[in-house]
Amino acid sequence: MAVTITIPTALRQYAAGKATVVLEADNVGALLRGLVEQHPTLGKHLFGEDGRLRSFVNVYVGDEDIRYLAGEATPLQAGETVSIIPAIAGGTR
Amino acid sequence: MSNIALSNEEIRRYSRHLIMPEVGMAGQRRLKQGSVLLIGSGGLGSPLALYLAAAGVGHIGLVDFDVVDESNLQRQIVHGTATVGKPKTASAQARMHDLNPFVEVTTYETQITSANALELLQPYDVIIDGTDNFPTRYLTNDASVLLGKPNVYGSIFRFEGQATVFSPKDGGPCYRCLYPEPPPPGLVPSCAEGGVLGVLPGVIGTIQATEAIKLITGIGETLVGRLMLYDALAMRFRELKLRRNPACPVCGDHPTVTTLIDYDQFCGIFPESSTLGSQDAITPVELAALLQSDERPYLLDVRNPYEVEIATIPGTDKLIPVDQLQERLNELDTALEMVVYCRSGVRSGRAVELLKSAGFRKLKNLTGGILRWSSDVDASVPRY
Ligand SMILES: [Zn+2]
Repeated sequence: MAVTITIPTALRQYAAGKATVVLEADNVGALLRGLVEQHPTLGKHLFGEDGRLRSFVNVYVGDEDIRYLAGEATPLQAGETVSIIPAIAGGTR
Repeated sequence: MSNIALSNEEIRRYSRHLIMPEVGMAGQRRLKQGSVLLIGSGGLGSPLALYLAAAGVGHIGLVDFDVVDESNLQRQIVHGTATVGKPKTASAQARMHDLNPFVEVTTYETQITSANALELLQPYDVIIDGTDNFPTRYLTNDASVLLGKPNVYGSIFRFEGQATVFSPKDGGPCYRCLYPEPPPPGLVPSCAEGGVLGVLPGVIGTIQATEAIKLITGIGETLVGRLMLYDALAMRFRELKLRRNPACPVCGDHPTVTTLIDYDQFCGIFPESSTLGSQDAITPVELAALLQSDERPYLLDVRNPYEVEIATIPGTDKLIPVDQLQERLNELDTALEMVVYCRSGVRSGRAVELLKSAGFRKLKNLTGGILRWSSDVDASVPRY
């Protein structure tokens, strides 16, 4: 299944500057691991030392948070968009 | 609630609101009776302060402890060249009073803390988070939830912004439902490192102002339960669904956070978090002398290439952005005496810690970075 992942601005520097990456994967976990394989420095920003998704990084399939779907086991359909949305604090004093 | 009167002058001023049935006299009276606390008078706070004052929100509180700096004016449009060096609260208050003398503006020239937050928020109907750091965002969230007040959230980074309304009492989530824990310091670049497109806070702050006005007047459909994402480069808006987490420690069914906590500690920020001591530091004046001597150290810049175009220290030997350092250690020689620098000394401090743990020993961090090099050694190097 070819799926598009959108990379947030804050993490693009670890993904060769790319805003989106298209990968083949059947579920969210496989997709994210495929992404990290292509861009290894993204790894520590997405996953903690325990191998789980970090709690300040949310992943959405379409407009739904995977925490309210099946987590990393959430299945993917061809053409779907997966978004990585990290916490950003900026407001600029 | 809406029996408060509008004077003839106010009726003339607000006529474009009054002739819309969705606002009308009733909505304008609600605005006049309404109150908003604006936490932060910077990038997001600027359009918020201006539009909320212009709209006639009766009482607006401003919390900020900073002073106006020249580098703020690229985006902080409530301030001006004439108020550089003045407190942001007073600067914004003067501009708001000029825009609309019918609104009352209360200033709090202080940092919001766990000790004063509940007292600061208590008198206001709507809280607006226009801050720039994780500890204050979690503090603002928790205080708003504990007091049962809606928290209008906005956040920006470079070309990208987020906005929503956190209001568990209306069935929506809070900030902690979305992000239970903050990123550890250093893992996500801060705004000062990341930069921001000047008009971006204008877009996100104006969305926040719109939501505040809707909350006060009770019209329309608010962003409760929806996260609005804006990408200025692609010029694209998207929205994601947000849900309240029943297990949330603050707004969940069995809350465990029932009073305000230490948010610096929660966010992993400790006063002495660095393992570096004075033996690891060198001042710009000391470095300048060394560069003239026979013991010239190897000079490593850990900033980004586009920063080098703005300013650099003459004689720099190598550029490796701090984020690439781990992968490019083999390009450096452990035997060399090395001085590491960045813009302000923060990133180079991280770089020195990383290099030390990789076995480098002859290292110094340039205190205050290129900013202090400019002020102490060579004023022709621009400060940015
Ligand atoms: Zn919550």
